[in-house]
Amino acid sequence: MTVQAKGEVLVPGAPGQGPALVLQAPISFWGGVDPRDGRIIDVRHPQHGAVVAAKVLFVPATIGSSSASSVLLELVRAGVAPAALIIGEADAILLLGLVVAREMGWEPPVAVRLDPEQFSAFSDRIVTVANDGTLQVLDDQS
Amino acid sequence: MNVMLADDERALAAGRDGKAMAMRIVAESARLLGARRLLPITSAHIDGGLYHGDSGTLFAEKLVTEGARVAVRATLNVGALDLAGGCTVRLAEPQRGMAQRMMRAYVALGCEPSWTCAPYQAGHRPARGEDVAWGESNAVVFCNSVLGARTNRYGDFLDIACAVAGRAPDCGLHRAENRRARVVVDVSGLSDRFFADDTAWPVLGSLYGRLVGNAVGVLTGVRGAPDEDALKAFGAAAASSGAVGLFHIVGLTPEAPDLATATGGLEPETRIVVTAAMVADSRRRLSTAARADRIDAVAIGSPHLSLAEFDRLESLIAGRRLQVPLFACTARHVLEALGDQRRRTSLEEAGVTIVADTCVVVTPILADIKGGVLMTNSGKFAHYAPGNTGYATLYGSLADCVESAVSGRPVLSEPQG
Repeated sequence: MTVQAKGEVLVPGAPGQGPALVLQAPISFWGGVDPRDGRIIDVRHPQHGAVVAAKVLFVPATIGSSSASSVLLELVRAGVAPAALIIGEADAILLLGLVVAREMGWEPPVAVRLDPEQFSAFSDRIVTVANDGTLQVLDDQS
Repeated sequence: MNVMLADDERALAAGRDGKAMAMRIVAESARLLGARRLLPITSAHIDGGLYHGDSGTLFAEKLVTEGARVAVRATLNVGALDLAGGCTVRLAEPQRGMAQRMMRAYVALGCEPSWTCAPYQAGHRPARGEDVAWGESNAVVFCNSVLGARTNRYGDFLDIACAVAGRAPDCGLHRAENRRARVVVDVSGLSDRFFADDTAWPVLGSLYGRLVGNAVGVLTGVRGAPDEDALKAFGAAAASSGAVGLFHIVGLTPEAPDLATATGGLEPETRIVVTAAMVADSRRRLSTAARADRIDAVAIGSPHLSLAEFDRLESLIAGRRLQVPLFACTARHVLEALGDQRRRTSLEEAGVTIVADTCVVVTPILADIKGGVLMTNSGKFAHYAPGNTGYATLYGSLADCVESAVSGRPVLSEPQG
């Protein structure tokens, strides 16, 4: 059976495709992700060292920081943003980075809200995210 | 849920200039926050002028190029450079040039070059009940709690967008029902000697933030009369250890003439009784190098020092020379007042480095010392210094900080429980 899900589009953007990176713990983008290359630099995060660039990034929850939007905007401008952002709960400060990217003329990836209980089905698969919020596993063998 | 824009707001957002861009950013944020409409605002304090990367500079410059101007009074929080003071910021090119361009762009948008995290002591004091859009966690908490104006915590991009649009999303602490205290924190069991000590309020603030998190709380049983500098230190410490945006103190802050008013007449969800042991634990947590046998620097002024705090610093130094550098972070208007009184020179001759427009935890100022120890009397510096500067912290009163700087080694008096 095809693994598929339909989420709610939080911020419209370019459809994306890439390997899924499902975060196992909440993340603070400010101080947690290197804005230059998209590497997870928070040493206390279980996926410390992983890279979010070009991944379909599943974020169960965020740790608030008023500078999270700046980090996400930097990632988009530097071309190292996730291919799509799948988020468990809307974080207005983080997502503002995508809103501003669009205003700056730097095309942001689409951001979609999805129940975190559905995240694990996509783990380590190649996933496409359409601009209507549909997620689908691309390498489905079944 | 859709945001209901007024006709003039909709017309503005449909435009092609910088003001239209600002209005769209405010409206999109309102949608993501679940606000139903926008509110007119009367003031803004902008935290976006601190350089975090080139995109922030390019964003501010795009607003300038497209003709945006702030629609309300807007002061600026700290930048990454000391443009008015006497310290050397070790920010290398090309970041230094981009940080300077960013600071220029925000001034070109019509923001006042206040460059301070204590705008409320620089003459920017919105009245009780006014809706405003302020950034910087300590400024937000002071504005809500001590002034009684209404703001959420506005971060990068949204702060300036609100200032240009003259609007903010109608949600959170802008709404009366979200301002009532749900947690009662009873400090009546603490001693008079505790409240008389100048570390009482930052230590209590640090504890309070950890206890309430992001909830609105009210303190009862406070003794003595904390002045504005004490409330400033309390709020800053609370907003760094927890996500505190608004606190009340019965009999002191404007929305808490009595406990029933502060709680909106409703039963609080939680009641916490603070003990001397909890305070002692909170004080211990502020030092990551409690057993240090040396210090490499002292930093004070988070939030920025007022003129009254410089008075105390001078009387404690009492004409002596410091063996260890003491960084005193402040705003340019305080620096000007010190200069007028010829006081700046004598402080600098004693070994004080005055940092203006910025501070030691947001930009590289402290010497690059591996395993360095920083002594401070600020709960906020104690919280952020280890992560942002690499220095371990030693927490003490202002008097202890000065004695340590004079003798060149840690001097700690017995804390008052």
